[in-house]
Amino acid sequence: MRRIPLAALLGLLITGLFFAAAILAPVIAPYGPSEIVGDVWEPASAEHLLGTDNIGRDLLTRLIYGGRTTIFVATLATAISFVTGTFLGLTAATVGGWVDQVMSRCVDVLMAIPPLIFALVILSVMPVTMPVLIIVIGLLEATRVYRLSRSVAVDIAVMDYVEAARLRGEGRMWIVFREILPNALSPLVAEMGLRFIFIVLFVSTLSFLGLGVQPPAADWGGIVKENKDGIVYGIGAALWPAVAIAALAISVNLIADWVLSRTSSLKGGRG
Amino acid sequence: MTEPLLKIRDLRIDATVYPPGEAAREIQIVKGVDLDLQRGKVLGLIGESGAGKSTIGLAAMAYGRGGVRITGGQVLVNGRDVLTLRDSGLRRLRGNEVTYVSQSAAASFNPSRRILEQVTEAAILHGKFTRQQAQARAIDLFGKLGLPDPERIGQRYPHQVSGGQLQRCMTALALCPEPDLVVFDEPTTALDVTTQIDVLKAIKDVIALTGVAALYITHDLAVVAQVADDIMVLRHGEMVEHGATDQIINAPRQDYTRALVSVREIRHDEQPPTPTPVLSVDGISARYSGMHDDVLSDINVALSPGQTLAIVGESGSGKSTLARVITGLLPPRSGRIGFDGHDLTPAQRQRPRQDLRQLQMIYQMADVAMNPRQTVETIIGRPLQFYFGLKGRQRRDRVVALLDQIEMGADFLDRYPAELSGGQKQRVCIARALAAEPKLIICDEVTSALDPLVADGILKLLLQLQKDRQVAYLFITHDLATVRAISDSIAVMHRGKVVRYGPKSQVLSPPFDDYTDLLLSSVPEMRPGWLEQVVAHRRIEAGGE
Repeated sequence: MRRIPLAALLGLLITGLFFAAAILAPVIAPYGPSEIVGDVWEPASAEHLLGTDNIGRDLLTRLIYGGRTTIFVATLATAISFVTGTFLGLTAATVGGWVDQVMSRCVDVLMAIPPLIFALVILSVMPVTMPVLIIVIGLLEATRVYRLSRSVAVDIAVMDYVEAARLRGEGRMWIVFREILPNALSPLVAEMGLRFIFIVLFVSTLSFLGLGVQPPAADWGGIVKENKDGIVYGIGAALWPAVAIAALAISVNLIADWVLSRTSSLKGGRG
Repeated sequence: MTEPLLKIRDLRIDATVYPPGEAAREIQIVKGVDLDLQRGKVLGLIGESGAGKSTIGLAAMAYGRGGVRITGGQVLVNGRDVLTLRDSGLRRLRGNEVTYVSQSAAASFNPSRRILEQVTEAAILHGKFTRQQAQARAIDLFGKLGLPDPERIGQRYPHQVSGGQLQRCMTALALCPEPDLVVFDEPTTALDVTTQIDVLKAIKDVIALTGVAALYITHDLAVVAQVADDIMVLRHGEMVEHGATDQIINAPRQDYTRALVSVREIRHDEQPPTPTPVLSVDGISARYSGMHDDVLSDINVALSPGQTLAIVGESGSGKSTLARVITGLLPPRSGRIGFDGHDLTPAQRQRPRQDLRQLQMIYQMADVAMNPRQTVETIIGRPLQFYFGLKGRQRRDRVVALLDQIEMGADFLDRYPAELSGGQKQRVCIARALAAEPKLIICDEVTSALDPLVADGILKLLLQLQKDRQVAYLFITHDLATVRAISDSIAVMHRGKVVRYGPKSQVLSPPFDDYTDLLLSSVPEMRPGWLEQVVAHRRIEAGGE
């Protein structure tokens, strides 16, 4: 087993904690997510480690459940954006010609519209349910992944080894998944780390604006929204979800960096 | 003996390499080299890639390229140790006392400034000459270097002159500030043979005329034999042998030098063509889409089973395009390609798998011809699986057998291409082609990116495999020495046409057409004085017309 660098270890540890907390939320959370257990904006105490929120719910419990929602939505949306974006991007680069032109111009049109406004428009006409939210965010982010994977793959598609595979008579799927994808993986993995965090922020923003996760369920953006008025009175409840978002962002990227340096090795990651 | 102009003692140079995804490590590039160069003399540094010859050349200017560190020893220029110089001293040294001519003039000139400005810049900056003097000197040098219209060529931009001319302009640039020493780093390697000869002669003449001392770095012994007074042979950062040019060429003392001198002594006896060719190209014309001129016009050649047809020509002659047409990547505008008794479908995508299997290709750059993320086993094993459906144990055994044939062993199975040397990479590519059990292999400049000794090994291997397996080669190259060594028949290409075609003995014997004559006489021979002979011969011919 190779030694894992300290930074990556830290990233793994913190990300692991976040995911564990998300999965085990009902077990570790001290109270129920909608249970009113105290006064409005109580300060931190032995019963309520982070105090209570704007209607007297335990803030730590809210944060744990909010993380569960945020991470669940972001993970699935990232998966959707990568599967569709990478597949379409690599296919466009491999096939080329008018197929590539049509796909790329469609993506350009989608990208010309600011994603937040686009999402707000779609979500205001669609029922805001969890699956809809995940698919909308996933597909919007997929345009970015498409652009990246296409531009990386265009450079790879002209290499002699790809030509050799074509001359051998290989099918398109072999060329995309066996010749091009492994060589495009490094930038894509780095992108995935960043993209996950962008999606976390995106979901939080939508919830903050009231078009994301709907109450009584809450994600971190929703918790900020609920408690934002407290900031005026010097109550920091709205800052805790922000801290959680920042910690998750940094730790995921520490892992992405490490995976990047592992996967960019051309010697199978050994000696 | 007078004090030498350049004196290098126990030079040691290290570098830190950063393999992706791994810890950085130190390697020694030069391990204690001594060297003396007298005023007005030319010393040739020769060796394979990685021998440290360019690094030594740059060390004469106290320069370490890209993370290279000079860790020990002395480099004395005019009695001064340049390794101890600070910035201002280095500025006085570089571009003034010592100048540099690089391999690629095209990459070294600033494309947005006129040639004359760049040629005179160093001399003016160092205060050696006034602008008028420097320009007069540059024009004088242009003339001495045999550039056309020396008065006005300096007013052009770098892209407006040819590669060979630009290389001569760079020589003028190096000589303009009247340096004591010029470092030539492979100045003719990137040029076509026919151009190389003019540049070589120009460099040699101008060195004699100006009396400058020079370090001439190259991997081609035949080239260095023409210009150098002394030759130093380097290998793995150490000196192998040092002596007068005559002695090195005619009486080498070390085994390694002997191997270098005797390289390309492969002999292959020509086979007569058989009545039924495996490949016949009839009246092929082709052009790239959007172009109005044919890249290939009316090509007719044929190749007998188990034989080698060499396609020779300089860059731009259309020889690689011919390969693209035969493989079906570029369907021709007219003509037909016969293969193994039937016509090939023009476009590769519509060809039956059987045809694809029997026509394999080996590329010039083995590095990019193999997927860097696949192991040797996958690379060689994929055609076995794809064409013959071999799996698991069977496939592995066959891969090992193929590795044996290319003189590598089973311990290479799990290696990635990055873990192979240049020659081993090319061998794996050969094995991949052989795995398909083809009737014809197209070899596109397969040895030109390799060091002479390694290239020799590859050619021997190809000949042996041909004998064992009766595979035919279409061998594309610009190197006539290779052609002599391995072909049965030859097609000489020039500007998209076949100008000469036939069995080897016939193509390589007089009477020659003009282009073949030019091409043949341009191949450097490993004997001092060859350059003068060829040039004199050409003058007589030109005068007689």
